[in-house]
Amino acid sequence: MAIGETIRNSQIWKSIFRHPMPLDRRNRIVVMLTNFFLHLHPVSIKKQGIALSFTWCMGGVTFFLFLVETVTGVLLMFYYRPTLEWAYNDILALRDVTSLGILRELHRWGAHAMVITTWLHMYRVFLTGSYKPPREFNWVIGVILLLLTLLLSFTGYLLPWDQLAIWAITVGSNMARATPILGYEGPGQQLLTIGGIDMITDGSDARFGLLGARFVGEETLNRFYVLHCIAIPLATSLLLAIHFWRVRKDGGISGPL
Amino acid sequence: MHSNGFFLKDVAGFLGGYYTFIAIMNGVAALILWRRKNQPGWAITWAVVAGVMMVLASLALSGSASLVPSLPLSVRMLVNKLSGPVLYTLGTTALFTVLFVFRKFFVKPMVAWTVLNVALVIMGLSMADENFASIVMKADNVPIVGLIFMLAFFTWVATSQAVVNDERIAQGLPPMEKLNDEKVLVWPDLVYTELICMVAVSAFLLVWAIFLQAPLEEPASSVKTPNPSKAPWYFLGLQEMLVYFDPWYAGVVLPSMVVFGLMAMPYLDFNKKGNGYYSIEERKFSYLVYQFGFFELWITLIILGTFLRGPNWNFFGPFEYWTPYKVEVLNNVDLPQMFWVNLLDRPLPRAPQGAGLLTQVGTILLREAPGLALLGAYLVLLPPLLAVTVFRKFFAKMGFVRYMIMSNLMLLMLTLPLKMILRWTLNLRYIVSIPEFSLNF
Repeated sequence: MAIGETIRNSQIWKSIFRHPMPLDRRNRIVVMLTNFFLHLHPVSIKKQGIALSFTWCMGGVTFFLFLVETVTGVLLMFYYRPTLEWAYNDILALRDVTSLGILRELHRWGAHAMVITTWLHMYRVFLTGSYKPPREFNWVIGVILLLLTLLLSFTGYLLPWDQLAIWAITVGSNMARATPILGYEGPGQQLLTIGGIDMITDGSDARFGLLGARFVGEETLNRFYVLHCIAIPLATSLLLAIHFWRVRKDGGISGPL
Repeated sequence: MHSNGFFLKDVAGFLGGYYTFIAIMNGVAALILWRRKNQPGWAITWAVVAGVMMVLASLALSGSASLVPSLPLSVRMLVNKLSGPVLYTLGTTALFTVLFVFRKFFVKPMVAWTVLNVALVIMGLSMADENFASIVMKADNVPIVGLIFMLAFFTWVATSQAVVNDERIAQGLPPMEKLNDEKVLVWPDLVYTELICMVAVSAFLLVWAIFLQAPLEEPASSVKTPNPSKAPWYFLGLQEMLVYFDPWYAGVVLPSMVVFGLMAMPYLDFNKKGNGYYSIEERKFSYLVYQFGFFELWITLIILGTFLRGPNWNFFGPFEYWTPYKVEVLNNVDLPQMFWVNLLDRPLPRAPQGAGLLTQVGTILLREAPGLALLGAYLVLLPPLLAVTVFRKFFAKMGFVRYMIMSNLMLLMLTLPLKMILRWTLNLRYIVSIPEFSLNF
């Protein structure tokens, strides 16, 4: 094909891809080393390390779902306004009138799926004993990523601002009220008094810190929105990078010695 | 509320597709087995099952509500009547135990396939019950149904490999994973798998999004409390723990300990075997502890909290209508009450009016002495006692600090099942109850 040939020989193409198509052994190796996205991978891998019956592909699927959540989430952010006035109406419009309102379905079901695939990934890692040395620390990062995944889902749960959202977050965050010492209904909060004045009240305890208010209201909506869209995704991205880097540094995917 | 014609007509379309899916699934299985030629008996069996499923599908699609296949009302009533938190917990425990002990039997493909078919048919028959369907088909609950089947599938995948590996290791052979250690290039072998995975997940997610609308209820109102009010589904195991513990423990301390325990796991598990391949025999202890925590204390509690807890967090059978008027007798007693009043026939120790702080604290300690002694024995005496008996080898290998962390984490994990048992048998509410400091355990 002459046109294809011309394109592949053009200066533009060659400036992007610094070697021919990965059709022979040499170029299949070079592509892994010269492509930014592919260089996460090793050049070669044991056959059993990529067997689906061994890996279940669940870590990869979890990461892919994270990307799906990022893309659909950014698109939803163009539309959705996190205020008492608009939050519910925007979601309602996404359901009933907006073209591509299915983005919300993709985002929500992707989120549920991501929680499940995270659990399954951990389950696989446990069952193959892959948390054992030298991968102990990467397992610890994985546990933090699990927490962040749950927090991402939890903060996102509030944003539709319907009955399901507000009460799920109310029930969930009521726990923080019972934090020992730091929650105003928690054991030992009576100990934090200065000169007879309680330091821990419903306006200064752990739950207040989480909600930004005494109950789930507009401050909470704003707080969860920022956590959901900026803070937690940033932290997750950083830890994901470390997680993947450590997979390589700790000897790649596990296998019998 | 019992199943009525309107509901059945609504669900009939779904069930028609559902049984057709099972029929196709079995048809394909029959075809594959038939072409392999080594198990013609099973091939015929699955072909017959496929035929039966087609009949069920046509019955569901017949347009007549009375023909939709369903469980007899008497069976549903019986299930409702029998089910309760005690039977649910003991039943799932027994089920897991049987599956584990006879795992060599259950991992056989034909056995597993039979179990899958039975589960799917029971699920289909149950879906013809309005109360069951209304809970299971709630949009946010659908992922949990998926989770149950996926967990079952992947546990089967893992266990069948572990069984083979365990047999090989017993014969002195390396695990199966070792046989496949020829190296391949990541391009194309891995990148193409990843591409196909991405396409498959995208397709799956799109289909899911098209067919199931995301839930959107009435606008938020902080004065209209729904009954029941539930946390997001992945936290319902924690919410279920609130039945047995106060929020400070069930909602804060225990979850923190779960996270801490998960992080500590690789540093506590000193067993060097079973690294990088599926095995059960080589690491039975850690396997059982993890499975107990994951399946028994996390997944089954989520399922209980999602599907079987209705208004006022009361227990409802799978086919029971969620009435807010169900009354459950709560006659739970605290341990101080049991000890001082019921056993010694004396009033609870109380500090005199206007007593100093020291007297007050002393009285509380006296009142709670039985509970504190029990807890102290559990958390302080038990670890060293176990170290010289059951865990003698563990203690020797792990050293003092690691052993103490492990034993305390395990004892904390066991507080939940122990408290459940104490609740069911003795109606015990709190072991230690110090409302003065909001400290109830």
